[in-house]
Amino acid sequence: MLELAMGIMLGLLGLGAGCAMIAGIGPGIGEGNAVAKACEAIGRQPECKSDVTSTMIMGCAIAETTGLYGLIVAILLIFVAPGTFTGILKDAIK
Amino acid sequence: MTEKAAPEVDVKSAKFRRKDRLYFAMMILPILACIVLKVLFTPAGDGGVQISGAMIFLGENTSMTSLYISESQVNTWAVMISILGLCLYMTHGLSEKAVLKRQLAAEWIVEKCETLVKNNMGGFFREWAPFVAAIMGLSAFSSLICLVGLFSPTGDVNVTFGWAILVFFMIMYYKFRGGLWNYTKGLFSPIPVFAPMNLIGEFATPVSMAFRHYGNILSGAVISALIGSALTGLSKSLLGWLPGVLSDMPLLRVGLPAVLSVYFDVFSGVMQAFIFAMLTMLNVAGAVPWDDWNARRKKRNKPEIQNLVA
Repeated sequence: MLELAMGIMLGLLGLGAGCAMIAGIGPGIGEGNAVAKACEAIGRQPECKSDVTSTMIMGCAIAETTGLYGLIVAILLIFVAPGTFTGILKDAIK
Repeated sequence: MTEKAAPEVDVKSAKFRRKDRLYFAMMILPILACIVLKVLFTPAGDGGVQISGAMIFLGENTSMTSLYISESQVNTWAVMISILGLCLYMTHGLSEKAVLKRQLAAEWIVEKCETLVKNNMGGFFREWAPFVAAIMGLSAFSSLICLVGLFSPTGDVNVTFGWAILVFFMIMYYKFRGGLWNYTKGLFSPIPVFAPMNLIGEFATPVSMAFRHYGNILSGAVISALIGSALTGLSKSLLGWLPGVLSDMPLLRVGLPAVLSVYFDVFSGVMQAFIFAMLTMLNVAGAVPWDDWNARRKKRNKPEIQNLVA
């Protein structure tokens, strides 16, 4: 019984971590857009290349935040949650 | 020209050299001590790559109330002492003629920092340059410390959260400059229904700053560890037929992780340091309610403050 419960729990934690990383799609699209626009801007005005580049990198880093939230949730689910939930399961089945 | 000229320093004298050596030792020794500490405290393992948080050197980690000294604290202090040594070394023997090359580097750093702060925060905040430079340097060197095999303090959420809370208090200090009533009124704008959302928005700033920095560094570390373990497995299955000791050696792990580390450790670490400092500057400078503050100062017959962006 305990083995079955553990197997289901670990599998679902892995699935949850995978689902959490769907959050990586958004920043990918957003940063791609940002870089495309920055390239356009540099093409129009090559003299302001350094300003555009620094602003773009700033914006990319901020756009990454939502993806990183997903990443942190996934990391917690993989490395931290199994330990916590195993204890809870053992207590519940006893 | 009323200033008294600085006394010329003799860069060849024994005293100067001795001090130089002392500062140099101050740069190197804390890092070496950390490496020795890590080697002493790491339990014997199979030598595989493993992903783990900060080691705990002293104290218990069993309840919420217990205090303990972890690897991230020790490494942060080592980095701080090391940066202090670097600063003392670079500013040692300053003279008007710039006899030493390190003076030029020090001047370049100070000038860049002041320009950055002036361009992003305005003239009123020009005293903030040392703080911004300090937080940038500490963050960058804390992230780069993983290049010598130590745990990056910035890969621990407690460290980055500490910095973010510090910045949060500074933001709140400047927000309250406009008066408590004006601040409360701002929370209930544009309509009172938005009050909870505005309140969450206030606290979201430090949380997002801390998680951004921590997540970037941690993800780099996790990806490096995953690549390392994958290459170990690959070389075991591909090169297992080699005779003797060679079959146990993860030969494929030579080279490729170092190349990836240039992005994940060096670029990402320096970038996040810059971004943390940049967000600090923008948040603090954007928090000041200039109109309200100047109105309050006018009531008390104090001169108006103008923030000139260079």
